[in-house]
Amino acid sequence: MDSDLDYEKLGFMAGLEIHQQLDTRCKLFCHCPTSLRDVESSNFEFFRFLRPSKSEIGTVDRAAEEESTYNRIFVYKAYDTTCLVENDEEPPRKLNSEALRVALMIGLMLKTDLVDEVHTMRKIVIDGSNTTGFQRTALIGLDGMIEVKGGDVGVSVLCLEEEACQKVGEDGSKTIYSLDRLGIPLLEIGTDPDIKSPEHARKVAEEIGMILRSTGMVKRGIGTIRQDINVSIAEGARVEIKGVQELKSIEGIVKNEVLRQVNLLKLRDDLKMRGASVNDEIFDVTQVFEGTGSKIIKQGLKSRDGAVLAICLQGFADLLGREIQQDRRLGSEFSDRAQRFGLGGIFHTDEMPAYGISEAEVSELKREVGASREDAVVFVAGEREILKRALEAVIHRAKEALVGVPEETRRVLPGGSTTAYLRPLPGADRMYPETDIPPVVIGEELLKGIEIPELITDKKNRYLTEYGLNEEIAAEIARSPFANLFEEVLRITNLSAPLIATTLTSTLVEIRREGVDPGNIRDEDFITVFKLLDSGKFAKEAIGPILKEVASNPGIEITSAVEKIGLGAVDEIEIEGIINEIVESRRAFVLEKGERAVGPLMGPVMERLRGKIDGKRVNEILRAKIGEVLESGR
Amino acid sequence: MKIEEGSWVRLERGEKIYEGTLLPGATDHLVIKLSNGYNIGLKKDRVKILESREVEKAENAQQYEYHRDSSLPNLVILSTGGTIACRVDYRTGAVTSQFTAGEILQAIPELEKIANFDAEVVYNILSENMQVSYWIELARRVYEKIKDGAEGIIITHGTDTLGFTAAALAFMVRTPVPIVLVGSQRSADRPSSDNVMNALAAAKVATSDIAEVVCVMHGSTSDDFCLIHRGVKVRKMHTSRRDAFRSINVNPIGKVSYPDLKIEIEESHTKRGEVALALYDGLEERVALVKFYPGADPEILDFYRERGYRGVVIEGTGLGHTSSTWFDAIGRLIDAGVIVVMTSQCLYGRVCDRVYDTGRDLLKLGVIEGEDMLPEVALIKLMWLLNREKDPDKIKDMMKTNIVGEITDSTDVIGGF
Repeated sequence: MDSDLDYEKLGFMAGLEIHQQLDTRCKLFCHCPTSLRDVESSNFEFFRFLRPSKSEIGTVDRAAEEESTYNRIFVYKAYDTTCLVENDEEPPRKLNSEALRVALMIGLMLKTDLVDEVHTMRKIVIDGSNTTGFQRTALIGLDGMIEVKGGDVGVSVLCLEEEACQKVGEDGSKTIYSLDRLGIPLLEIGTDPDIKSPEHARKVAEEIGMILRSTGMVKRGIGTIRQDINVSIAEGARVEIKGVQELKSIEGIVKNEVLRQVNLLKLRDDLKMRGASVNDEIFDVTQVFEGTGSKIIKQGLKSRDGAVLAICLQGFADLLGREIQQDRRLGSEFSDRAQRFGLGGIFHTDEMPAYGISEAEVSELKREVGASREDAVVFVAGEREILKRALEAVIHRAKEALVGVPEETRRVLPGGSTTAYLRPLPGADRMYPETDIPPVVIGEELLKGIEIPELITDKKNRYLTEYGLNEEIAAEIARSPFANLFEEVLRITNLSAPLIATTLTSTLVEIRREGVDPGNIRDEDFITVFKLLDSGKFAKEAIGPILKEVASNPGIEITSAVEKIGLGAVDEIEIEGIINEIVESRRAFVLEKGERAVGPLMGPVMERLRGKIDGKRVNEILRAKIGEVLESGR
Repeated sequence: MKIEEGSWVRLERGEKIYEGTLLPGATDHLVIKLSNGYNIGLKKDRVKILESREVEKAENAQQYEYHRDSSLPNLVILSTGGTIACRVDYRTGAVTSQFTAGEILQAIPELEKIANFDAEVVYNILSENMQVSYWIELARRVYEKIKDGAEGIIITHGTDTLGFTAAALAFMVRTPVPIVLVGSQRSADRPSSDNVMNALAAAKVATSDIAEVVCVMHGSTSDDFCLIHRGVKVRKMHTSRRDAFRSINVNPIGKVSYPDLKIEIEESHTKRGEVALALYDGLEERVALVKFYPGADPEILDFYRERGYRGVVIEGTGLGHTSSTWFDAIGRLIDAGVIVVMTSQCLYGRVCDRVYDTGRDLLKLGVIEGEDMLPEVALIKLMWLLNREKDPDKIKDMMKTNIVGEITDSTDVIGGF
């Protein structure tokens, strides 16, 4: 497939919408912690139905409408860390001022125009992910700008909103949600469609991510930041790709979507040339498959009111098997729609004979629906009512193929570069004021108290020039959560910058690799350890084992950690004694090798002293002792 | 320049231009709704209005036509302010309550399968703004509707004082058909509102055989069933939960499952047509409900006496006590001919003033034990009796006698506790 696409010529347009969880103490509208829980630890569950109210104008959002046709039961898992606010059983508390401050800080960093008064809105969302049926969201700033290599990008909106529930399961007509995530403060950053290429898209996302992490106030780890990408090309349509969790996949996803749109347009042209058409007739072809050898069809026929239904797509022959994205065919696009109704998938004649369906059955099927050689037949097996709705959705999608690219929301498939249909694009957001939450004035006073943090990239450059760290360590410590600690230790001790930086980065990685959580080490523990090291209470080689000890026994006294692993301070006389003993025991060797004996003797000496004293000092003492022996031996 | 609310405006603040719909409620900030749906506030003294124009109001949604089905019973919905249906205008963010039968049915079309409806707005107030005179007027309206052939009455009510209204109606109207009070704990504009389920369950009960004043509300935090509470035994026991309403000292009459709306009866009740329609309207307003607490100043009782009050219900401690420091003032009330009834702030359980000395002293003073009545129900019952009865001995006697289910003969082992 063609992968050298000229994005400018294609009329490529893209914008990003980034959702980032904030690492605040409390949730946005209640005082529960922002910590995630294991579903197993849920101590209560309840269920609800949601029902969109008709708006004044009488319109129901198309995404909302499709969602409501499923009439789902939403089950919610509660915890001892969630409260009645998450249950939608208590009015929300006031807007979390810590979260607001972080949002304002980021608003300033993105050079947005901040509003003077923040109004919280209710945005209708009826997929059950919010117990209320709406998401509380407030616009904080508009019209900002991010400087990115490859072209600056406008920031259209910055909103502070509540995170939705995490979906943890589906069971027939039930969708199961976990309440722990509901209400965690979430920042939404929307860019203008200024993005020029897939590479540019990744860079913009990286830059925004870097700015967000520079605040030190955002959550990290998988799922804490999610990117939605809006992509279109000139003759195509706006397609929203939801929930991209990894930055490195953005480029591939955007490329694939452009390719998908290009291919759908080609397909449309081919269909036009063939004079293809789609009609609404659904055929009952159950009798064709009576006594079929296909297990899947048999299975479908066994369901309540089981049937095989089919549609005939005129002029579509061989096109359903055409690849639209890698490993995704037009048939997959049809199948995506059908699956929304709980169907495993669809069959089509382009892939026949297969699945145990015989050649004879296929010809019989074609005859039954009046398909010519140019036509394709799509058929499904299962419960009649579901089949009907699923085929209606396929008919709808087939008609869209005649027009080009349908506007829709898509999700990223496992593997991270191809996408599948998720739902229609949401219509204009349906919002009205959240009257339970008073507006918050953004006064001078509040803004004065907000300090703009140094960007991680600026910090890295400073570390390079000020502390002489190498590129890799500077970058690592600057983006780590320990940057402030690093600078503090530098200020209060005489230890070298590379030593502190590597301890706070690679040493901790090693500890984690050994199966101990370095997250147990508090900042004050680090400071004590570094201070002890600085005053020579142990050698720098011991810092790893000591930190590991602290991490394995949270709350342990640092001095006792040092003692516990036998690395207590050894005074110089004792050390000299040990070195003396080793040198004396190898006196003959020393006399034979002369000063070159230092190297070979370092081994046995360090074996006794590792961690108790700096290797450099050992070398000095050893050299002096050997000198003495040689002196006396002469 | 003065700009009409709802107008489209174009504003300048610093170098930036903002456009949107001007919303009401501004103080020193102008609030506008942007085209993306968000409201924002901009400080008045920082903005310059560049342009504005009036926007044509969208036409009102068309009148909903609904069809009466002669095989279904005829119900009447009386609104007092609690809303079971509302509509949101997402252009302006305004939420409007829906009151006509057409509007309610448009919002909750499932009601059409249960009954035919007529609707009438009696009041449009928050339930804490109810007055004794409103209860009387509501009772008269209910009576008229039943007399005119309503086969069941649904009263939408704010939840805060729903229990008071239920008790007032129970004493004033003898009914051959169900009178169902219903409300919602989450406003009807939200997709998660309990309004639809409560309304459907209430309608189902209004078509049932339960010819009493009842309250139908969520029975749990899930959307699984509603409980049918006897109006004189129900109390709002939680500020915000959906299942705030509980039967006190009795078990609920039954429940209504959801979404299949099956009624399951668990306690005995008056049957449809068993009692003839009658109206005993009128309440004595000079009756007070006074809560005793350690250290409470008894002078409050003298205040009521001097104001000419005719009855006082005391919400005492435990089995029904006050401090002995209250005895003199209670004695003065009784000497002045005021009826004094003792209830308990425990709410659950029966008053018994024969166990402790203070209780026995209160009885000696002439205080009447309110049995297992809720304090609010005792208040309304005393209001009703004082309006109808002259003879104090008869009133005292009737206070201790069950009339419409407010007193149970034997205290139920579970009794909703």
